[in-house]
Amino acid sequence: MDTLRFLLRKLVEDRVALLGAVIIVALVLVAVLAPWMATHPEDVSEFHPQIRLQGPSAENFFGTDRMGSDIYSRILYGARITITIAVIAIGASVLIGVPIGLVAGWYHGWFSDALMRVSDVFLSVPQIVLAIAIAQTLGPSIENVILALSATYWPFWARLVYAETRSLKNEVFIEACIALGASPLRVMTLHVLPNIASSLIVRTTIGMGGTILTAAALGFLGLGPPAPSPEWGRMISESREFLPEAWWYATAPGLAIFLVVMGFNLFGDGLRDILDPRIRRSRRHDD
Amino acid sequence: MGAASNPALLEVADLAKHFAIRNVWKRRVGWLRALDGVSFSVRRGEILGVVGESGCGKSTLGKTLMGIHRPSAGSIVFEGNEIANISPYESRSLRRHLQYTYQDPGASLDPRWKIGRSLHEPLVIHTDLDHAARDARVRQILHAVGLPESHLDLYPHEVSGGQQRRVGLARILTLQPSLVVLDEPTSGLDVSVQATILNLFLELQKQFDLTYLFISHDLSVVRMICHRVAVMYLGRIVEMGDTETVFARPAHPYTRSLLAAIPDIGGKRITDDFWLEGEPPNPGNLPSGCRFRTRCPIADAGCAGQEPTLQATDPTRSVACWKAEATS
Repeated sequence: MDTLRFLLRKLVEDRVALLGAVIIVALVLVAVLAPWMATHPEDVSEFHPQIRLQGPSAENFFGTDRMGSDIYSRILYGARITITIAVIAIGASVLIGVPIGLVAGWYHGWFSDALMRVSDVFLSVPQIVLAIAIAQTLGPSIENVILALSATYWPFWARLVYAETRSLKNEVFIEACIALGASPLRVMTLHVLPNIASSLIVRTTIGMGGTILTAAALGFLGLGPPAPSPEWGRMISESREFLPEAWWYATAPGLAIFLVVMGFNLFGDGLRDILDPRIRRSRRHDD
Repeated sequence: MGAASNPALLEVADLAKHFAIRNVWKRRVGWLRALDGVSFSVRRGEILGVVGESGCGKSTLGKTLMGIHRPSAGSIVFEGNEIANISPYESRSLRRHLQYTYQDPGASLDPRWKIGRSLHEPLVIHTDLDHAARDARVRQILHAVGLPESHLDLYPHEVSGGQQRRVGLARILTLQPSLVVLDEPTSGLDVSVQATILNLFLELQKQFDLTYLFISHDLSVVRMICHRVAVMYLGRIVEMGDTETVFARPAHPYTRSLLAAIPDIGGKRITDDFWLEGEPPNPGNLPSGCRFRTRCPIADAGCAGQEPTLQATDPTRSVACWKAEATS
């Protein structure tokens, strides 16, 4: 595909976005290869209280936690949880938000208005508060975190698709399709969607970062998957009572969250510069 | 051309399109009468020109015929079927032979679709032909508009503007339309390109048995290719008739001022007898009686009362003016 090759070439030119892409690829590799990369894979569920709170060493790269488990191995397995939550939650948000935005953007009338007002209601509450409220009500589990995040984040996609559809509807080629006799479904799926795909992809990439951060926050508050799950937010939360002596305990998961969120944001920014020249907010050279 | 003996292909009667004017609270504060009782018919095989200033409702007329706008009142009978007041989706098959080209037909192409796919689309929508049959038809049309087959694999931005126009034309021709609405097809083109495009239209007309509704503000082009011409002012037809009659002996003062505005090398200066000043009145707030009277040099008190309707002055022409008899 020409588009893909173009994308890759631009990406190589854009070092910062490339760094983001590398981080994302690393995250995926770590999640997939966790059983082979981990030095103590059994430590996800096994405890060794006799070696608890040991500093970083050749045996335990990032030290051990309060149960004596290897933090390095737990971080690797935590990547799986992070990816699962982010991908499913974002996927669900896209699946809910995109059709709603399309329909509301295409048709004029009370139904469109109603759809958009509903999404406004969701947007009017700060995301983290809404997610906490939902997760708290449903109880701590990985499924409920996903549910809470999907319910919180879908309006972003609905809004984006709504606005893009509205402006595309005024384009001559869309009107020409209507004049040609194409059905609304055909125009929406075959003409509108492909033309807003780039902004969707950009929004989704940046949204991944935000979702991972919110998921970690939920874990930190004890609303994520229950112990002994190696969820990153939960690990930071557990480390609090041993700070500052066991500095490595919070540092490792904290760095992991920081790197991954930064990776998605850098990559998303770079993608936007490449795919969406209209809102080029590039802080670098323009070519 | 013998067009006169042919039956009407399109019959438009009292067609109106009023747009609501809304204030910031979305309350309706008035109506913008873009089309206000337009009646005309187009005979098979002819080219009917529709001329007028910007904002006179020419494009609204075309788009209402196409079902992009729903008419507020009136009827449109195309090939014997009433197509007004049903949505474009309901009337899909009825409108199949009625097609519309934009000012820039190239702009009607999806920038993310290869030209070949765009040309297939009308056939996918309207026919059950399989890919091979569609392909044969597409290639035939492509040839007719003078494009190489290699263009099928290109994106619209990869071909020149003129070629995009041809692709846009090819796209609507795949459905074998009988009537094509040409909306300002020559505006924004330099004269040599205009001539090429016009010749292409005439050639295609012969080849595909087309009838054109030619919407334009370029009177010299209209004079050159149209059999009949309708002059619109603020949503109404004020004069309609054979091109020769209208151009030789314009009966409506508006038509006369438009004709006086055609630049003519070596002729009189436009400013000598061009008295059409200012902008047309706001179509949301029309004057009483004849809507042209505010700019008309021969209007008197009688013109403010009733709105004139189209009356035949010759066998081949009709005019909507209270003073038509006196002035023509």
